[in-house]
Amino acid sequence: MDDVFKALADESRRSLLDRLHARNGQTLNDLCDGLDMSRQAVTKHLAILETANLIATLKHGREKLHYLNPVPIHEIGERWIKKFDRAKLVALGELKRQLEKRDE
Amino acid sequence: MSKPEFVYTTFIKTTPEKLWHALTDKEFTESYWFGCSLTSDWKVGSRMHMDRGGKVMNECVILESDPPRRLSYSWLTVFDEEMKKERPSRVTFVLEPSSGAVKLTVTHEGFAEGSKTLPSISGGWPMVLSSLKSILETGQPLAFDKTCDAEA
Repeated sequence: MDDVFKALADESRRSLLDRLHARNGQTLNDLCDGLDMSRQAVTKHLAILETANLIATLKHGREKLHYLNPVPIHEIGERWIKKFDRAKLVALGELKRQLEKRDE
Repeated sequence: MSKPEFVYTTFIKTTPEKLWHALTDKEFTESYWFGCSLTSDWKVGSRMHMDRGGKVMNECVILESDPPRRLSYSWLTVFDEEMKKERPSRVTFVLEPSSGAVKLTVTHEGFAEGSKTLPSISGGWPMVLSSLKSILETGQPLAFDKTCDAEA
């Protein structure tokens, strides 16, 4: 679990996960596109995310595809969120989302 | 060849043989797959059905079966009339020993354009895999939250 928290404690790595959340199964080129980060930096961040098992990679023809792997994040949730809390948390999350959207 | 829609991995402290059993045994699947039981003889070409509470949720056909390394089946969700009409998708499990644990990779691919099944199963796999890891490592599955949509 240490690897997961270390990997998540970085804005650039979280933004790479956001990009995969928006569109799963991207190549290194796709992920570098439009990012203000060197290819080497992206490669390094992806390696850290893969070590933490937050991304899964797959060889697809000649391409290497990157997928967001939410399994470790789900395990963190299961550890601290009680079964009956979940509906309330979803409601709170939705309330926050709605209120913040109105302020935009 | 289109790219797979989902790829999930988890590392489980167990053996490939025990993990294979966990993926293919009717009673064992029911103990962690949130009440879903899988029934088949697991031979290539055989049918497999996933039931919950006596109701068939998914109808599957075994496409690859190489114990304890690789298992693949087609997936057709049948509890919903619209999903039932979709082209079946494909699930593949790859089991690889990895320093005292097993790396399990689950790929789900080949969904029809605009598939209704895809959003319904996307939240399901992380739950099933976390529960599978939990039962193999601690003997306890995760609690089933009935508010989640999930037959995956």
